[in-house]
Amino acid sequence: MAEPIAEPRFSHKKLERNITLLGLSALAAVVVGGIVEIAPLFWIDNTIEKVEGMRPYTPLELSGRNIYMREGCYTCHSQMIRPFRDEVERYGHYSLAAESMYDHPFQWGSKRTGPDLARVGKRYSDEWHRAHLADPRSVVPESIMPPYAFLAERDLDAGDMSDDLTALSRVGVPYSKAAIAAANADLKAQADPNAEGAAELQARYPKAQVRDFDGDPSRITEMDALIAYLQMLGTLVDVEKAAPQDQGDAPVAAKVAAAAPKGANP
Amino acid sequence: MSDKSRIDEPTGTATVGHEWDGIEELNTPLPRWWLWTFYATIAWAAVYVVLFPAWPMVNSATRGVLEWSSRGDLKAELAAQDARRAPFAKAIAATPITDLPRKHELMEAAIQGGSAAFKVHCVQCHGAGGAGVVGAYPSLTDDDWLWGGDLAAIETTLTHGIRNPDHDETRLNMMPAFGKDGILDAAAINDLVSHVRVISRQEKPSASSARGAALFEANCVACHGPAGQGIRELGGPKLTDAVWLYGGSREAIARTIYAPRNGVMPRWNDKLDAVTIKMLSAYVHSLGGGEDAPAPVLTAQPKGEADNG
Repeated sequence: MAEPIAEPRFSHKKLERNITLLGLSALAAVVVGGIVEIAPLFWIDNTIEKVEGMRPYTPLELSGRNIYMREGCYTCHSQMIRPFRDEVERYGHYSLAAESMYDHPFQWGSKRTGPDLARVGKRYSDEWHRAHLADPRSVVPESIMPPYAFLAERDLDAGDMSDDLTALSRVGVPYSKAAIAAANADLKAQADPNAEGAAELQARYPKAQVRDFDGDPSRITEMDALIAYLQMLGTLVDVEKAAPQDQGDAPVAAKVAAAAPKGANP
Repeated sequence: MSDKSRIDEPTGTATVGHEWDGIEELNTPLPRWWLWTFYATIAWAAVYVVLFPAWPMVNSATRGVLEWSSRGDLKAELAAQDARRAPFAKAIAATPITDLPRKHELMEAAIQGGSAAFKVHCVQCHGAGGAGVVGAYPSLTDDDWLWGGDLAAIETTLTHGIRNPDHDETRLNMMPAFGKDGILDAAAINDLVSHVRVISRQEKPSASSARGAALFEANCVACHGPAGQGIRELGGPKLTDAVWLYGGSREAIARTIYAPRNGVMPRWNDKLDAVTIKMLSAYVHSLGGGEDAPAPVLTAQPKGEADNG
């Protein structure tokens, strides 16, 4: 770098004065970087651990997820529990990549003004969610979350959910043809405990929670959809079973953990 | 374009040698310290790829000689913490919850541990310190218990929840929606409210409350008891005291009879381990309203299997 002009065999001068050569060389540099950094993600096993139980979202959960995105919940709530003790003790087992594999786009978020929601499912009752969404300060006095009472008043206008499912299936979410065809019926079936299609819904989507979520069985509101989505978060995968497949556990640490009794973390 | 390097007179610095339309570039090399720092980072990178996970291979990345991973780190940290807590955790796990109060030190440790867990898992509904939310979630600081306030009963409630959907062992009792489902008409509900207000000593007996007493006898005693004193085994709340979860005014009681809330508490045995649940029970028991274990005669069978160690 420091040496004066000596005209070596390879000189930047040659490269910089030949636009084609420069372009090709830049391309070569980017391709090598890409192959090393990106390509392995497609074949390395631990990019997405294999887990049991992960399934595509039900139409109702999906429409709740659309509301979650519409209202910008992700600007204050993350869905990504990092493998640190403070987070694991507060929120539960750290998130696995597989748990967001059907997220398009993912909802990991980048900032926590509110708490992480990756495992909020089944943690509170539907009633709590209703009260909290309608008026957060009624249950958490120090909360700064805005109220979303209008969700309970607005009928869910999800449009044709089979379009949503089709779009997702095109980017790799394994919705079957039957699931896509039954999307709108499934949406109704999940929010109504007396609906007919509940058994089929649960066959298609194991662990789907079927009930009236918003306390008003007469109609399906946006509150139904959002609470259905929240109550599902983090409940699909049995993380303890998935743990042995985790990447790169330090063997020493693993032995210590096996010897010690299980502590206060879920 | 000329390629001749020369000394630029005003600055005394050499030019790099090229020139476009009379514009030349001074050859001012990077400072040595910067250059050596740069070389040092390259050297460190070489060391790093040996020590830490780096190169992608066929099935996974190289692990590095330190075998470090963030998940391994976490595991070690949690294991260390578990080891620190192990003496108490083991002792608490081995002690039936009904025996905890007799072991003072253990009970104190359990209450401390429960207090920490309560702040993480319970305050959202039951409020800081267990004060509850008026009209929604019960206070845990008083001696009015819906499902029992001794240690074993609290533990059962925590373990299996109350009206937890999709869980067979949960505490379950649904009050019918007398008004909404058309079991009683508005006048009957009004009479019932009068009776409830009388037995809770908020109103004087009246013709309405006399009619209500008959209705109470026919509809309510199965869960609330003949005198409205409540039946804990069934989760039927006591109606004769001044503690009202959903309000004790005429309007509030009428609303409850019309369409009861049937409040839900999630079960925790799928989220917390048995020791944490035990510690939480001890903490809730210590908040002020904790009761002694019921006399053996009264110990219902389901409680007996809940924890006998």
